[in-house]
Amino acid sequence: MNSVHDQVTAVRKKNGSISYAKWGYIFLIPFFLVYVIFSFVPLISVFYNSFFENYMSGLKQVGPNFVGLENYATLFNNNLGKYFYNTLLIWVLGFIPQITISLLLASWFTSLRLRLRVTGLYKTIIYLPNLIMASAFALLFFVLFSDAGPVNDVLMHLGIIDQPYRFLSEVAGTRGLVIAMNFLLWFGNTTILLMAGIMGIDNSLIEAAEIDGAKSFQMFRLITMPLLKPILIYVMITSMIGGLQLFDVPQILTNGSGSPDRTSTTLIMLLNNHLYSKNYGLGGALSVILLIVSAVLSLLVYDSMTREQRMAQREKKRMKEGAGNE
Amino acid sequence: MNKNLSNAARLQLRLSRAVCYIILTLISVMCLISFYVLIINSTRSHPDILRGFSFLPGKSFFYNLKSLMANANLPVVRAIFNSLFVSGCTALVTTYFSALTAFAIHAYNFRFKRAAFAFILMIMMVPSQVTALGFVRLMGTFNLIDTFIPLIVPSVACPIVFFFMKQYMEASLPIAIVEAARMDGSSEFRTFNFIVLPIMKPAIAVQGIFSFVTAWNNYFVPSLILKSTENKTVPLLVAQLRNADFLKFDMGQVYMLITIAIVPIIIVYLLLSKYIIRGIAIGSVKE
Repeated sequence: MNSVHDQVTAVRKKNGSISYAKWGYIFLIPFFLVYVIFSFVPLISVFYNSFFENYMSGLKQVGPNFVGLENYATLFNNNLGKYFYNTLLIWVLGFIPQITISLLLASWFTSLRLRLRVTGLYKTIIYLPNLIMASAFALLFFVLFSDAGPVNDVLMHLGIIDQPYRFLSEVAGTRGLVIAMNFLLWFGNTTILLMAGIMGIDNSLIEAAEIDGAKSFQMFRLITMPLLKPILIYVMITSMIGGLQLFDVPQILTNGSGSPDRTSTTLIMLLNNHLYSKNYGLGGALSVILLIVSAVLSLLVYDSMTREQRMAQREKKRMKEGAGNE
Repeated sequence: MNKNLSNAARLQLRLSRAVCYIILTLISVMCLISFYVLIINSTRSHPDILRGFSFLPGKSFFYNLKSLMANANLPVVRAIFNSLFVSGCTALVTTYFSALTAFAIHAYNFRFKRAAFAFILMIMMVPSQVTALGFVRLMGTFNLIDTFIPLIVPSVACPIVFFFMKQYMEASLPIAIVEAARMDGSSEFRTFNFIVLPIMKPAIAVQGIFSFVTAWNNYFVPSLILKSTENKTVPLLVAQLRNADFLKFDMGQVYMLITIAIVPIIIVYLLLSKYIIRGIAIGSVKE
């Protein structure tokens, strides 16, 4: 005991006071070191690469030659819009049912009026697909929905169709499968998030509305929805960023081809193609475009997450000033 | 509360409950049906599968398993070990270092603390795919292509797990404990390992499971890094199977491989689902 005390006084004498600040820096070293080496340096090199013509033509290496913004121009002239449209369409068509069903389920699970039982089991089941290997899930759907697969088999047995529907040769079929899988993979996750959000809402508000005689739909529309808005925005934007990264499912389902006629090729599938063919210039330019889009989306997230906090701070400041004036 | 309701209101409540249960059950069936078909088909032989679908299991489960194991083009056992190794290391590295980083920000006051925190939050939303090109080339320069290092080491810097750990520390790690340890003469590093980490156990468990599952399912980066057959992880075998000529393939083997890729995670999840679901809810939503 004494010796510790002596040590402490000794350190105090030397430094004035004990400072542990250096440990903060030391403990941050692994994170920042690894980030810089494995993410930041690559990011810079992606930027750098995007200004060069650099690819393999057969066995011959072309470049690197500085070409300025030409790679970006090439991308925009070569159907980048089409892939962007594919990605956006698949995301939007999956997100609409996802948010609808998730809101419905989340409000049921948390409803004090309904008091559903065995919700634990349902929650367990709907979250399950989220943990599944997307590539295996896609392969599974590929086999299930193939021309002679179980789905066509059952549909024909039931007399719903006469001939096998060729899901993977039709634009609607392929996109539909990607959308359905994306929906299945993610709606459970969204439901849990929204549930946590709804449970965070002050119960007294709901009770007050109940006493005022609000119907359950009114309660949902006038109390739950407005208070849930920050989380809804958060869910929407993170889902958008996830949608931008859509890859495993369409890649495995269509074997990387985005067939038919690249109508299910997403932006990351395009990036993956450039990486495989070692087309570093175009790959770099595409990465930079993706980075810019996701940066804009991230700013929106940040803004929506901190808006309330900022407003509360402003309010506090005003109150303080008000008190000072009195 | 029910006593105060009129008969009509009670009936209406019962009716809406019934509707809820029906819809919930339908949605659950939708979630489970493809897994059901998967497991049924993994027990049926190739000719049976081609003959049409059945809702009852067949008798070829072990036959399919054996023929898949014997398939030299698909080294399944090896791939499972690779996947287990990579995912296990990733889970350990990610949780340990994220907790350490969170501790640095939570427990100390230093000049660049706010800046460091803001920076980590900022990079949280950057998709890993945008750095992939530079990453793969850099790994080529380091001679690390076709090794597991590029799959494991980068998980030291995982902003999302860091953020979760930080939230958890704010709720359950009073600075007084750290100060008490100091008084007892514990070094800062020792305090972290032997006092902070045990307190963080629940958070580490949840995030460990998530990191493990994410790494187990990861396809994009491994497909760019791993080249040789003996280093492939499970998702790469799945993709390889999709590449192969399907007409020549034993469908029993196909379903069996998917089962092996998916079912272990399902089992672990069913055992731990209570904690996992609670974990998602605490981590993802700020108060």
